[in-house]
Amino acid sequence: MDLKDLYREVILDHNKSPRLFGRLDPADSSADGHNPLCGDRLHVTLRLDGERVSDLRFDGKGCAISVASASLMCEAVKGKRREEIAHLFGEIHAVLTHHDAPIPEDLGKLAALAGVRDFPVRVKCASLAWHTLNAALANASDPVKTE
Amino acid sequence: MNAKLEMTPNEYDAERVWRDFPILRREVHGRPLVYLDSAASSQRPASVIAAVDRYETFHHANVHRGVHQLSQEATDLFERARARVRGYVNAGSTREVVFTRGTTESINLVAQSYARPRLQPGDEILLTALEHHANIVPWQLVAAQTGAVVKAAPMDRRGVVSVTDVAAHINERTKIVACAHVSNALGTVLPVREIAQVAHDRGAVLLVDGAQAVPHQRVDVAALDCDFYAFSSHKMYGPTGIGVLVGRERLLEEMPPWQGGGDMILTVSFEKTTFNTLPYKFEAGTPNISGAVGLAAAIDYIESLGLQKIHAHEQRLLESATRQLAAVPGLDLIGTAPDKAAVISFTIDGIHPHDLGTILDAEGVAIRTGHHCAMPVMEFFGVPATARASFACYTRESDIDALVHALAKAREVFG
Repeated sequence: MDLKDLYREVILDHNKSPRLFGRLDPADSSADGHNPLCGDRLHVTLRLDGERVSDLRFDGKGCAISVASASLMCEAVKGKRREEIAHLFGEIHAVLTHHDAPIPEDLGKLAALAGVRDFPVRVKCASLAWHTLNAALANASDPVKTE
Repeated sequence: MNAKLEMTPNEYDAERVWRDFPILRREVHGRPLVYLDSAASSQRPASVIAAVDRYETFHHANVHRGVHQLSQEATDLFERARARVRGYVNAGSTREVVFTRGTTESINLVAQSYARPRLQPGDEILLTALEHHANIVPWQLVAAQTGAVVKAAPMDRRGVVSVTDVAAHINERTKIVACAHVSNALGTVLPVREIAQVAHDRGAVLLVDGAQAVPHQRVDVAALDCDFYAFSSHKMYGPTGIGVLVGRERLLEEMPPWQGGGDMILTVSFEKTTFNTLPYKFEAGTPNISGAVGLAAAIDYIESLGLQKIHAHEQRLLESATRQLAAVPGLDLIGTAPDKAAVISFTIDGIHPHDLGTILDAEGVAIRTGHHCAMPVMEFFGVPATARASFACYTRESDIDALVHALAKAREVFG
């Protein structure tokens, strides 16, 4: 177990200067994510252009892993279509939870999150943003919502 | 063995005490373990582990049931443990000592058996702002069942709850006051004796959550004059899964049983059951016998060291740790009451407590990070979580050095 594997440069950088931080107003959808274990709270807002997430932001408070993961995620999914995001979510999930899962080459900077898998109690921190994004996307497709 | 520590009055050999706890010799991530999470659960000395082992190996049978030899031995050990607990907190008699699963169950027992039949809509239950969830949620449940209202007396920025503030929140509708003796999140020691007086002046009863007090200071329930006192074994060097409710006999007598089953009855027919006497009325089912035996051994251990010496030692550590942590750049102490137990909560600018916990763990240093089951306290101080180091009889000055060193390491990682 090596701390440098968890707190890689990319992670520390995105924690210190989170990208796409803030809220979109107006937005097509939003969701709150909460990790009661450590008190992390994230909020994701997004705009849709058909099947495509044309823009998104996150804000909130959390540990370095949850903030960096949210920041990296926003960068990675901006402009992507729903099905591409779902595919990415599956890859990230596998990387975070399977100790010896290979790291897909198309992950790019997101591969920095792989260090989390050696720290099982921190996996929830890394996945919080992704679940929140999923919830926002689900909200957007919910026909009873008027957004 | 460890009961034979010979020390002059002002001497406390933390190294020798440390050696009584086998788990402290292990390594974590290739580093010597530095265990600073005793407020969550303390470790067990070899004497407690041996007592439980001896019980399981030679004496186990069910209690209060058989005429055979083992059942009598188990019953003797179980009841001897009760007597040991009675003496430790100076309860009036063993009838006032009820074994439960822990502090949480003890508080739930009082909420359901004492409070529920008595509370009327609009009656009030007064808590304080620094309570653990275990001393909030049981009262909210009974309030929902009865129409009573839960209120909380405030604390100040240091985490101090004053008797004046408690008194100001008690009125003729207040039926129950429930407060911690020592705050798990902040370390604050509450003026329980004075709170008992203001509660009684207005006709309310007082329940004290003593989970964080019993391992650190002499608790005398008679002198405190509280009506109910709840605590757990595992925070005082005993096993998990067993705790105690000490209650005033007069009140316990009036209370209906909480759970039904074996051991809590005298006679049962399908028409009518006659309940057993105190404390068995509240101990349905086979109890945690080995847990009680372990708890008694833990009390023996504490008394072999001397509770006052432990207290003095922990206060020295608290003072030293407070001084050293205050010098760490960007570190804020959360909870600065003048009267504190050996618990230090803090935050560090730019490093989330959860990250701190992981980095310290990699250094072998175990601290608690999070909301400490006291979310209203976190809310009050405007933080999502804190890091908390807590000390026990086996904590050494060198453990605090390790903590300070690990904090410097965290600063290094986060630049």
